[in-house]
Amino acid sequence: MSEPMTADVLKVEKLSIEFQLRTSVFKAVKDVSFSIKRGGTLCLVGESGSGKSVTARSLLQIVDKPGRITSGRIVLTREAEVIDITTLKANGPQIRAVRGGKVGLIFQEPMSALSPFHTIGDQIDEVLQIHLHLEKAEARRRTIELLRQVEIKNPAEMANRYSFEYSGGMRQRVCIAMALACDPDVLIADEPTTALDVTTQAEILDLIKRLQQRRGMAVLLITHDMGVVAEVADEVAVMRNGEIVEKGPVEAIFHDPQHSYTRHLLEATRKLEHNSRERDDRTASRIEPVLSVRNLSKYYGSKQAADGSWSGGLRAVDDVSLDLYPGENLGIVGESGSGKTTLGRLIMRITEPTMGSISYRQADGVTSDVLDMRGAALRAYHAQVRLIFQDPFASLNPRMTVKQIVGDPLRIAGMARGRARDGRVAELLRMVGLSPDTMDRYPHAFSGGQRQRIGIARALALDPRVIVADEATSALDVSIRSQILDLLLDIQTRLDLSFIFISHDISVIRYFCDRVAVMYKGRIVEVGSSQKICTSPDEPYTRALISAVPSPDPRQKRMMHRVRFAPEIADA
Amino acid sequence: MARTDGVRPLFTWTRNKTAKSTAATGAGVAEEVTHIKDAEHAGAWQLAWWKFRKHRLAVASGIVVICIYLVAAFAEFLAPQGAGDYSARYTYAPPQQLHIWDNGEFGLYVHGYKVRVNPESFAREFVIDPETKIPVGLFVRGAPYKLWNFIPSNIHLIGPVKAGQPMYLWGADRLGRDMLSRVIHGTRVSMTVGLVGVSLSLVFGIILGGLSGYYGGGIDTAIQRVIEFLLAIPTIPLWMGLAAAIPPTLPPLQVYFMITIILSLVGWTGLARVVRGRFLAMKNEDFVTAARLDGAREMSVIFRHMLPSFASHIIAAVTLAIPVMILSETALSFLGVGLRPPVVSWGVLLQEAQNIRTVATAPWLLLPGVAVITTVLALNFLGDGLRDAADPYSD
Repeated sequence: MSEPMTADVLKVEKLSIEFQLRTSVFKAVKDVSFSIKRGGTLCLVGESGSGKSVTARSLLQIVDKPGRITSGRIVLTREAEVIDITTLKANGPQIRAVRGGKVGLIFQEPMSALSPFHTIGDQIDEVLQIHLHLEKAEARRRTIELLRQVEIKNPAEMANRYSFEYSGGMRQRVCIAMALACDPDVLIADEPTTALDVTTQAEILDLIKRLQQRRGMAVLLITHDMGVVAEVADEVAVMRNGEIVEKGPVEAIFHDPQHSYTRHLLEATRKLEHNSRERDDRTASRIEPVLSVRNLSKYYGSKQAADGSWSGGLRAVDDVSLDLYPGENLGIVGESGSGKTTLGRLIMRITEPTMGSISYRQADGVTSDVLDMRGAALRAYHAQVRLIFQDPFASLNPRMTVKQIVGDPLRIAGMARGRARDGRVAELLRMVGLSPDTMDRYPHAFSGGQRQRIGIARALALDPRVIVADEATSALDVSIRSQILDLLLDIQTRLDLSFIFISHDISVIRYFCDRVAVMYKGRIVEVGSSQKICTSPDEPYTRALISAVPSPDPRQKRMMHRVRFAPEIADA
Repeated sequence: MARTDGVRPLFTWTRNKTAKSTAATGAGVAEEVTHIKDAEHAGAWQLAWWKFRKHRLAVASGIVVICIYLVAAFAEFLAPQGAGDYSARYTYAPPQQLHIWDNGEFGLYVHGYKVRVNPESFAREFVIDPETKIPVGLFVRGAPYKLWNFIPSNIHLIGPVKAGQPMYLWGADRLGRDMLSRVIHGTRVSMTVGLVGVSLSLVFGIILGGLSGYYGGGIDTAIQRVIEFLLAIPTIPLWMGLAAAIPPTLPPLQVYFMITIILSLVGWTGLARVVRGRFLAMKNEDFVTAARLDGAREMSVIFRHMLPSFASHIIAAVTLAIPVMILSETALSFLGVGLRPPVVSWGVLLQEAQNIRTVATAPWLLLPGVAVITTVLALNFLGDGLRDAADPYSD
């Protein structure tokens, strides 16, 4: 490399990591080289299974067994001191001095990274006591200072609290404080914001950036999200199947990508930047809605007073009214805990609402109340209003073949038997882009995207009119995500379906939906065309939400100029 | 479609298995392809079997367990003597060694006994007499028996060629009965007590655990409190109390069934908890919700989707419950409140070894204990292996 050696804090040369399996060797990382400059941010980006996390873990020699570093060097430079991490003995005193001392690590799951048995303060104190040999009182003083730096309010008081008293965003702040406790030269952040809501993600990335500038620390950020990369990276390395296919400055990667895989990733991300359905705003008033929800509420643990008012408990869904028109894609967007999934389950009658009404208009124009349906009527409703699940692994019975899974609704409805049913299953599989030859396989033989296709085929089996898709693409990698969305759009035009698309992901909603309802704390704060919601929303909450979405273009860093919604900051 | 999207390395092991064989030959490529195909078409049971097969200790234990049950099935044929055959001449005869080579060629024989009077205690005792040779044969004719109570025969796997000559490979007890024969006969009773008892427990466990887990609410609370109450009672006194209530005039077969019922009275609680836990976990699985949305009725959801998903867990739990039953029966019989002679079980046999003085002079009376330990260990290892294999999708 052309950069002078002195500028590189961390330099990885031809690193290879292998997993010794029972009879063979799995090469997780192959000849990977990169370096990070002092004060610089390198983003290691790739889809699941690309080896990016293993690479990050190897920097601290915490690769899970049976994985081991087979070749290469990891050189950590601090002033005159040069350490090759690969030569250090696992769990020896030297590597322990590196871990947490010279290199800090932030994990993806702030929930499981903190001990629930110790107060937050004690956990950070421990780091200081081990690495800097501080006295208890001195350590606590530093801990409080660290918590103040990561912008936790009332740090002295909060230090005595336990991790379960913190929200997700606050826990990740604590993890950052812990990683920074000993002034590390390098901070490794392994998908630090993947488990967080988009507004919290913006806060956390912003915090990391500011702390980095103040301390001149190098950051290695592992992510799958090109938007995050564009917002924070100086340099980017794209990983695929254990190899770095392309690396370079962020500008070059985004505006002049050389490798076809990088281009593919960028296309898949940018595609979701605009709406796929460039059509006129429907004059909805002329058409009768197919599904209409009125004043729907679901309270957990609330008590009803004699005068009919409710108090206490959790209002998961609070007084929600919606209409779904034929052929329309209605998006429901919100952060975790906003009640969007509960709303979907109420519409499907998986959960019973506390009050409100849902009416469904059948193809022949008869409108009936969904909440009054029992037995055969409910089964008929479930045949016409179908659900696509979030988790493609959990939603398919692992003990049934694809033929049985997709054919099960047909079997139960008694619609087709024997050959005819097989024929229908084959047709459905072809419709979702799978080969009918795969019919006799079990779900485990399929990848996540393929399984989601099977789930879609099952949903289509009974010729539905409405499909409720609950985070249907959240578990998938970005390139597969857009494929599945295109598949759904294609099926929609062919079969004249209406979708209720529930997602936390603004880009997916923007791409897929005509109208969007924004949920916050169980209520719908705003409904409008997706164009309007995504460009000029009216409500302050929606504005904050939209502006926190990272933009996959390093020249237009949205997140840093985002609008903040006051109550949300208090929570994060 | 490209398979880059989040493929979990779930079946690397099946692929690796073939990878070794394909490394050398080009022809192996076809073989590998078929094997991957196998994995894709393999059902849950097939996968569980593949996973179980990797667990060497469990496989070995499985073979041991099968052997023990075969011994139980063919006890009369395998035992050199009948369960109650005695010979006053050979009380407390020590075990003989079975010699396989007779003057350099294959020939089975044992040495005879010589009676010697101990110069200190003046007690008569047996010593092996290397001078006499008692030829031993395979498939010899001996005491007549009826296999499974209806096939009459008198062929024994092993025995002295000349009927009536002493052959005590595991020694003899105070009545001169062959310990080996008695342990083999005891296997049948001890092993089936486990099976019958667990089957009874399983019926109770699945019904009550299923109700508890599936319906929840008040039923769940009631059943769980009953289970906790039963578990709170110290088991041995409970068993002893119940066993004491069995009329001594009952024929041995009925006593046997009473004992199994008493044992499963407590045994079902563990299985009910397993079943309840699986139901609770399964009830909110996405694919169960999906089946319900597909229009499946309750019974169909339970039997088509839920039960197959945890059948393998139940099998594992059952395997782990059998040794508990066997130990319980042994304990009861050892204390003298379980099965009673002339029924032969390992516990009954161990009753003979209660006296420390007898054990000191004739330690071979403890051999039924070895049988118990071997069996319980083998079943536990097998159960562990089955439990690991029960969920082939987690790894």
